[in-house]
Amino acid sequence: MSTPILQVKNLGMRFGGIKALDDLDLDVNSGEIVALIGPNGAGKTTFFNCVTGIYNPTQGDVVLTPPGTPAIRLNGLKPNQVAEKGMARTFQNIRLFQKMTVLENVMIGRHCRTNSFILGAILRNTATRQEEQETIHKSYKILQKMGLEKHANDLASNLSYGAQRRLEIGRALATEPFLLLLDEPAAGMNPQETQELIKLINLLQREGQSILLIEHDMKLVMELSHRIFVMDYGRRIAMGTPEEIRNNPVVIKAYLGESADA
Amino acid sequence: MISLKESKRSALVSLWFMFLTFPIMVIKVDAIEKTIIWRWENMFYVGFGSFILSIFGRIFFERQKNRREKQLSEKIQQHNLIQILLREPKYLYPLAAAFFLFALTFPHLFSTYQINVMTTALMYVVLGLGLNIVVGVAGLLDLGYVAFYAVGAYSYALLNFHFGMTFWMVLPLGALLAALFGVLLGFPVLRLRGDYLAIVTLAFGEIIRLVMENWNAFSQGPSGISNIPRPGLLGFDLTLNQAITYLYYLMIVMVLITIFVVNRLQNSRLGRAWIALREDEIACQAMGIDKTKTKLTAFALGATWAGLVGVIFAAKTTFINPASFTFLESAIILAIVVLGGMGSILGVILGAIILILLPEYLRALSDYRMLAFGAIMVSMMVFRPQGLISNVRRHYQYRPQKGEQE
Amino acid sequence: MLRVFLWSGGMEYFIELFFSGLTRGSIYALIALGYTMVYGIIGLINFAHGEIYMIGAFTSYIIATVLSIYGFPVLAIVVLAGFAAAIWSSAYGFTIEKLAYRPLRHAPRLSPLISAIGMSIFLQNYVLLAQTSDFLAFPELIPDFDFMEPVAHIVGTTDLVIILTTAAAMFGLTLLIKFTRIGKAMRATSQDRTMAMLVGINVDRVISMTFIIGSALAAIGGILIASHIGQINFYIGFIAGIKAFTAAVLGGIGSIPGAVLGGFVLGLTESFATGYVSSDYEDVFAFGLLVLILLFKPSGLLGRADIQKV
Ligand SMILES: Nc1ncnc2c1ncn2[C@@H]1O[C@H](COP(=O)(O)OP(=O)(O)OP(=O)(O)O)[C@@H](O)[C@H]1O
Ligand SMILES: [Mg+2]
Repeated sequence: MSTPILQVKNLGMRFGGIKALDDLDLDVNSGEIVALIGPNGAGKTTFFNCVTGIYNPTQGDVVLTPPGTPAIRLNGLKPNQVAEKGMARTFQNIRLFQKMTVLENVMIGRHCRTNSFILGAILRNTATRQEEQETIHKSYKILQKMGLEKHANDLASNLSYGAQRRLEIGRALATEPFLLLLDEPAAGMNPQETQELIKLINLLQREGQSILLIEHDMKLVMELSHRIFVMDYGRRIAMGTPEEIRNNPVVIKAYLGESADA
Repeated sequence: MISLKESKRSALVSLWFMFLTFPIMVIKVDAIEKTIIWRWENMFYVGFGSFILSIFGRIFFERQKNRREKQLSEKIQQHNLIQILLREPKYLYPLAAAFFLFALTFPHLFSTYQINVMTTALMYVVLGLGLNIVVGVAGLLDLGYVAFYAVGAYSYALLNFHFGMTFWMVLPLGALLAALFGVLLGFPVLRLRGDYLAIVTLAFGEIIRLVMENWNAFSQGPSGISNIPRPGLLGFDLTLNQAITYLYYLMIVMVLITIFVVNRLQNSRLGRAWIALREDEIACQAMGIDKTKTKLTAFALGATWAGLVGVIFAAKTTFINPASFTFLESAIILAIVVLGGMGSILGVILGAIILILLPEYLRALSDYRMLAFGAIMVSMMVFRPQGLISNVRRHYQYRPQKGEQE
Repeated sequence: MLRVFLWSGGMEYFIELFFSGLTRGSIYALIALGYTMVYGIIGLINFAHGEIYMIGAFTSYIIATVLSIYGFPVLAIVVLAGFAAAIWSSAYGFTIEKLAYRPLRHAPRLSPLISAIGMSIFLQNYVLLAQTSDFLAFPELIPDFDFMEPVAHIVGTTDLVIILTTAAAMFGLTLLIKFTRIGKAMRATSQDRTMAMLVGINVDRVISMTFIIGSALAAIGGILIASHIGQINFYIGFIAGIKAFTAAVLGGIGSIPGAVLGGFVLGLTESFATGYVSSDYEDVFAFGLLVLILLFKPSGLLGRADIQKV
């Protein structure tokens, strides 16, 4: 249970004069659900971007250990290489392929696990056809898990907001990640949708999926996570179990103090 | 329908356009003879025309707004007649058969001149389909597409001139060279943002043309290369008429091959990656798609078709010079893609046929050809960005695999 | 390097090339300002901007000829033709934005660019059909000054007028942007359009004003270069447009001092390259420079590199 799969040390990111991340440490163990919380602008999304290769961090190390393989330093890798290594993410501001169908969106996630290329596409030989069939099959299974199979052939842009968020998760799952990064998956969802999301994340966890999630919904965070990291102004200010975080005065001051309802 | 207030606004618009176009449309001066011609009738045409167009524009936007509201409330995806026709095999196959029959008998029904015109149109169909991969599917605005066309044409002209290589030897070679150029050019420029990419490709296209114009030792400069042989047919001696007919059939085959290949590419793993890249580059990369590689394949495949048609172009006209490869040529091909519908094969075919054949047959229009191309590009973007025939996403059927109960 | 240059033509030739570079550079800068201002505010490469400049040149040609046929004095012709060009070019700029760009403000990024390319082709052919495809001899609007006589073989009066006019236009523009209400609104809009809207700036008006000012500057450039080169036709906007765009990118697109700097760098490069290397490849130098900058320093000399926010 406690083999680390993601280890981040001294991570730093500067934008001109702004230090969006400052000496940040974080780790995720296999099978764990870890939450990253903090006030708006704390640098949580920037952390995801640095870890997944979308930004190149100005300092520190990101080390990924896929199960059964040696550790890999991710710094400087491109986002697609990170995804290939087995870490996939969703986006805070939904970034679906709007003009593609729901099923196709998930099929895109299968891209890095399939091989057919120009010749395969033109000749459509047996290997390509099998691969394509398998892509459709696996993608459809994922849609079923997300409860979106009814909309398989609708355009992604026609989905409701909550469904779009779930589709993002499905698309990321299609890349067969061993670590899934979710950036505010419950944002904009109504209570019922949030409840379904919690069920979904729980299901994934039971299947052995490790998850690192950013979320502002404290109920969800407290209910799901094994451990919580709290950050403010790019720094880590606390780490611990939900229980510890709930009672941590530093956190209450910096974060919970702002939103009385949490 | 149109209220008084609306027509008043349209009248104001028309007044504004009369003012706007006054110096250019109305006055014509001759500085040497010192004469002025006042063409007041033009002012009337402009005023009248802009009034009518403004009313049409208003009605259009009104209807579009209504339709969007309706669509939002009912959540239906609308399909127009053409799409229904295409979806149903019952209509599609007879239609395709009729077209095919017409294409086959065409040379026997029409004059040599008409065959030539049709061959040109078919060449633009293939060029349009090639550029469609790059612009329509992958979303890379390539304004220097004509450069690859030039590579193909010059490959044939030069390899034939220096080494006596035949059409059939150069055809694959020209395609390959164009693809190679596509990779060489694409490698550095494809990481640029969309609009910069457009300008860089434009600049590259112009550089290649200018080099061809000035490097006399290599390309024989502006005077070009003449006496390029037409394609041979198994060593037979063809008369001019036969050669033209032969070329026509060659182009028909090319078009069929292109449609086949482009269609398969679009509905493949690679084709999906292109579309995803067009929709959202960052999400695409985060899902594990190699941006550079995927863009490069689109760019090179597009270039391949330009190279192929370039070789055929040189063989068809038997004479090439740099003037055939200006930016306007790229713009025409782009207009075809934009008019037809980005990403839609049938649309591009239709676009090429309309834009190339219409000005040929309506002689009165041919002076206004480029004016119309420009106007079409603007109005398509504003009124119908999806083109004449919008590309409909494929519906995948899910079949449970063996041994599974659903 | 410099020594080699000086050998092949002497000091005087060098100075001549230098001033001809400054002259070209001024014109490029004037047109580049329009590109940079529009790009700074709506992020669009206004492909039709070169055509605005061409229309400015044609308008001044037409008006100047009409006035001279009616026997107006030279000074009046210069002033009136200049005003006419600025007014009509601005009107075209304003109209183009409303027709071809405004409806596409929320469309995918390439849509307005394609629309702009279409507009550029349309305007070229509009002038071609309504006027002529021939080159027209542009009247020499600016008479030679007597005090320039001793140096006239190196720096012509037109060069001087062009450089001075450009300097004045830049100065005016700087004042406008720094101190007027509309200037402040323009700066705010270019930094963050949504924010600008929230604090009550009429963004539509700001965008229209940007097009109007940029077009007027291009028109001034149009008259100046036409009277410098002595001939115009419907196609001059294309090359000039690309070169001015090169200047804008060279300086850092979106940056106003950048456009001016870029204009001068490009003008001087071209002048020396054609003067010392070869004039056959005049346009290739500009295009080549454009490609090199975009590949190696797309943020330009004075622009800043942004990391796209995700
Ligand atoms: N590309 C960028 N360029 C400049 N500054 C940036 C960039 N990306 C993020 N920042 C800055 O970094 C800081 C952290 O932003 P980030 O989006 O990571 O916050 P967050 O914790 O995700 O906030 P939220 O809860 O609102 O999503 C902010 O001040 C933001 O403005
Ligand atoms: Mg965030």
